[in-house]
Amino acid sequence: MSDVIAPLADKDRIFTNLYGFQPWNIDAAMKRGDWDNTKKLLEIGQDEIIEQIKASGLRGRGGAGFPTGMKWSFMPKESKDGRPSFLVINADESEPGSCKDREIVRHDPHKLLEGALIAGFAMRARAAYIYIRGEFIREAETLFAAVAEAYAKGFLGKNACGSGYDFDVFVHRGAGAYICGEETAQIESIEGKKGQPRLKPPFPAGVGLYGCPTTVNNVESIAVTPTILRRGASWFSSFGRENNKGTKLFQISGHVNKPCVVEETMSISFRELIDRHAGGIRGGWDNLLAVIPGGSSVPLVPAKEIMDAPMDFDGLRGLGSGLGTAAVIVMDKSTDIVRAISRISYFYKHESCGQCTPCREGTGWMWRVMERLREGNADISEIDMLQEVTKQVEGHTICALGDAAAWPIQGLIRHFRPEIERRIIEKQGNATLAVAAE
Amino acid sequence: MPKLTVDGIEVEVPAGATVLQACEAAGKEIPRFCYHERLSIAGNCRMCLVEVKPGPPKPQASCALPAADNQEVRTDSLLVKKAREGVMEFLLINHPLDCPICDQGGECDLQDQSVAYGRGNSRYDENKRAVTEKYMGPIVKTVMTRCIQCTRCVRFAEEVAGVEEIGAIYRGENMQITSYLEKAVSSELSGNVVDLCPVGALTSKPYAFEARPWELKKTAGIDVMDAVGTNIRIDARGRQVLRVLPRINDDVNEEWASDKTRHAVDGLIRRRLDKPFLRKDGKLVPVTWGEAFQAIANVKAGASVAAIAGDMLDCETMYAAKKLLGAMGSDLLEGRQTGLDYDCTNLAAVNFNSTIAGIETADAILIVGSNVRWEAPLVNTRIRKAVKAGAQVFVVGPEIDLTYKATWLGNDLSLLGNLPQEVKDAFTAAQRPALILGGGGLKAGAHGATLALVGPLGLIKENWNGYNVLHMAASRMGGLMLGYAQPGGIGAVAAKQPKLVFLLGADEVAEDRFAKSFKVYVGHHGDRGAAQADVILPAAAYTEKAGTYVNLEGRVQRSDRAVFAPGDAREDWAILRALSDVLGHTLPFDTFDALRAAMVADVPALGELGLATYDWAPPALDAAASGEIGYPIADFYLTNPIARASETMQRCSAELIHGESFAEAAE
Repeated sequence: MSDVIAPLADKDRIFTNLYGFQPWNIDAAMKRGDWDNTKKLLEIGQDEIIEQIKASGLRGRGGAGFPTGMKWSFMPKESKDGRPSFLVINADESEPGSCKDREIVRHDPHKLLEGALIAGFAMRARAAYIYIRGEFIREAETLFAAVAEAYAKGFLGKNACGSGYDFDVFVHRGAGAYICGEETAQIESIEGKKGQPRLKPPFPAGVGLYGCPTTVNNVESIAVTPTILRRGASWFSSFGRENNKGTKLFQISGHVNKPCVVEETMSISFRELIDRHAGGIRGGWDNLLAVIPGGSSVPLVPAKEIMDAPMDFDGLRGLGSGLGTAAVIVMDKSTDIVRAISRISYFYKHESCGQCTPCREGTGWMWRVMERLREGNADISEIDMLQEVTKQVEGHTICALGDAAAWPIQGLIRHFRPEIERRIIEKQGNATLAVAAE
Repeated sequence: MPKLTVDGIEVEVPAGATVLQACEAAGKEIPRFCYHERLSIAGNCRMCLVEVKPGPPKPQASCALPAADNQEVRTDSLLVKKAREGVMEFLLINHPLDCPICDQGGECDLQDQSVAYGRGNSRYDENKRAVTEKYMGPIVKTVMTRCIQCTRCVRFAEEVAGVEEIGAIYRGENMQITSYLEKAVSSELSGNVVDLCPVGALTSKPYAFEARPWELKKTAGIDVMDAVGTNIRIDARGRQVLRVLPRINDDVNEEWASDKTRHAVDGLIRRRLDKPFLRKDGKLVPVTWGEAFQAIANVKAGASVAAIAGDMLDCETMYAAKKLLGAMGSDLLEGRQTGLDYDCTNLAAVNFNSTIAGIETADAILIVGSNVRWEAPLVNTRIRKAVKAGAQVFVVGPEIDLTYKATWLGNDLSLLGNLPQEVKDAFTAAQRPALILGGGGLKAGAHGATLALVGPLGLIKENWNGYNVLHMAASRMGGLMLGYAQPGGIGAVAAKQPKLVFLLGADEVAEDRFAKSFKVYVGHHGDRGAAQADVILPAAAYTEKAGTYVNLEGRVQRSDRAVFAPGDAREDWAILRALSDVLGHTLPFDTFDALRAAMVADVPALGELGLATYDWAPPALDAAASGEIGYPIADFYLTNPIARASETMQRCSAELIHGESFAEAAE
């Protein structure tokens, strides 16, 4: 169904300490090639760095898949009114199933910091703010220490890496709200306010952190940039299909024999990914029920559709789902699929910020109906009503959390409606009997 | 000037307008809850969704979307209708169906819009959310289960009132609006959140369960609690005023009103003077009108008579009294009861010349001895706006919280002759510099010193006069126009030892001031004025008579009668007219209209509604000033006899000024 994609060779891995077999600290990181003559990378020039990132085909790794180079190019080339620009790095990894940024931060933080300098330099930012999830306590400690190391070596701060460019990195710890992973809510949170998404427009590239032009990038997007510049845009774009280039950290969890986080080439087929890295599906491929391929906010894909699908942005969108953060949640036939989606609905109900109406009211409603559907304690017509409610939420909210809450349920109804109906009919059957017995 | 089409109608809107404003320009009504013209845009209710091309294939919140050239907006498509119906359903699923016992009923945005966008039946079978009540002080009653989280109240408190005391806590469906730590909101504008609330979550506590809006007779009036001249709507049922709401007037009060304006009205039915009294053997005893008038005639004052006008008096009453005194041969008229004696030879020199709306555009402001927040809360909101737009504020006077950033220069008037360099620099750079002289400054004698600063600070520019005096009495400017000011003030009047003194609603005159005079109190409340009177003639309060008022910027405004005065009380002018007969100096008008016509003939400026023009010809006064300033208002909530008789104001004073706490009745 797609071109045969060769699996990633060890020599092409960007995250060489993903599993923490080596220390994270700066000496070990420099042995792995980080901070290796970064000054030379900066000498490429600001616009040329952006051009190279564009040429590499890197798409944002935070879930939406917006081309990173293009995003950087939206930043002002010079400040007309004296406002500085900022880079915000989103390490608020809270999407259920996602666990890649955490590995980068705790085992390879210097890749991130070097990337921060390069990306910040390219977009003419004065400083980078790394917003790290509140629950990542050890990871935040590592990050604080890594930043201190980089300052001590002169890689950050005044005249960073001897380039003549002043660049600061601040680490900001979140307090554990999922919504603070949304870029404008994150900006609010850094400013010390309640983490609620802002209206767009204005977009952060115009009015962002403290009212200044800001770009918000995912940890992985930033961490891969030094390697792209070192090895060349064409090297990076040699992986994956057209429009879905590069390598990607896949996070495989659920009913596989060996759950893992692994760097793989984009567009690798699902079967290859699971067999090669996760030891296969628990109970064999016939036992696969469904897969949520991109973290909790994308619709699930039933087994027979996903098995040989390419794992990339466009391939999964073609299946009515999405690559998201590439958090692959595998569910075998022992899964109570309605309960699984209901649990996801609970998550979104819990994490809705409450600012705008459809999400505030709709997430709770959807979860409550899902809970009843789980038990079959509902009417068949309520399935259609639920579908309609998800449509009333989707696309009507300020940020994408409303969409994220609606899609898993829509995926469930699209693919597993017979299962939901079966439970309702069974329950009604029992009820009829019980009445008859009285 | 973007040009766009709304449902096929082409409109052109000013740059910076939103799609919602463009739709309104095209005559399309857009439903909304969170959007409010005078607050920042929140965009969170999602009720104003419209379809916009070009744009993403989903409905857009029109309140937050900038209008742009060549947009095609649809407000009537199926997509839009479905989207709004969806949002309405979400708003209603957790909203209690308690409209029959909700005070908002009949003036509820949610009720009105659910008629257009609501479903006939509910599909929501789950339990509804319930939220505990929050304490927000003596003015605002909360039923938070009804809240739809539009955050208008939060934005008002933060942006207009300048007190960051209301906010949203928790998140998702548990989000609750509350005053932080459930303390009373310490703002003199807190009542406005009741008007802003689109549902019945925040309602008026003193007005709770009093009436339905359709039972009320609505009368357009002018507020007299301060000199701003807030435009109000007086809502009355039968003979009682039940509530006061602001009317929109962008030149004066925008659409706000202070808590005193709104809630002092329960004082109108307490401590009222409803029959004439005469002091016999040291005691006030009820008498007939005839006996009271005869007692005044028996004084045989001749020309030895004076009239002191109170703070809430209308121009017609003052004019009638002036004519009566004139007929008796006296011109001892004074309105500044507490002893102020600033020079009034030029009205422009005691006027708020930049105008209330104009002070918003000032870019450097020097406040001399004024607690603007208490003396004129709605002028303070304008200054706050100016500060937000970048104005610098400097203050001479004791330090207080004005709700905006101000540089406190110190509390000595000698500073005026020796302003710090930063003030001079700011005023040199300013396009629209302004000075505000308040009651504290006037009392301390800063009139001459501030007038001397007009030149050095460059207060007068083309189409701009930045010299402002901030008065606190609703009757002040009208009184000055009618000659209620003597050189030397009330002290000079007392020095002439008049045999007969009319206290026209004057409750702030010191008791020993006219110790030897026969005092006639013409007023409506049994307060300080009545306590020292020899004869009491019961008169009408501001809601009970028509009248002309001139506010602190010289704006002539008129108020209508909403209800009749209680008992034997009569309108002030009619009392003076009847008394004039007994005194043998019959006044030449038999109707209110004739009185007003005579007044306008004498002082034509009082006949033209709107800003009166005063020629700028400041007197030459001694520029030296020194000494400390004290603010004249000790308690914002108790500045006049109506407010002092009001239970609500007493409670506000006890709780917000004196820090008492009240236990809520156990439920």
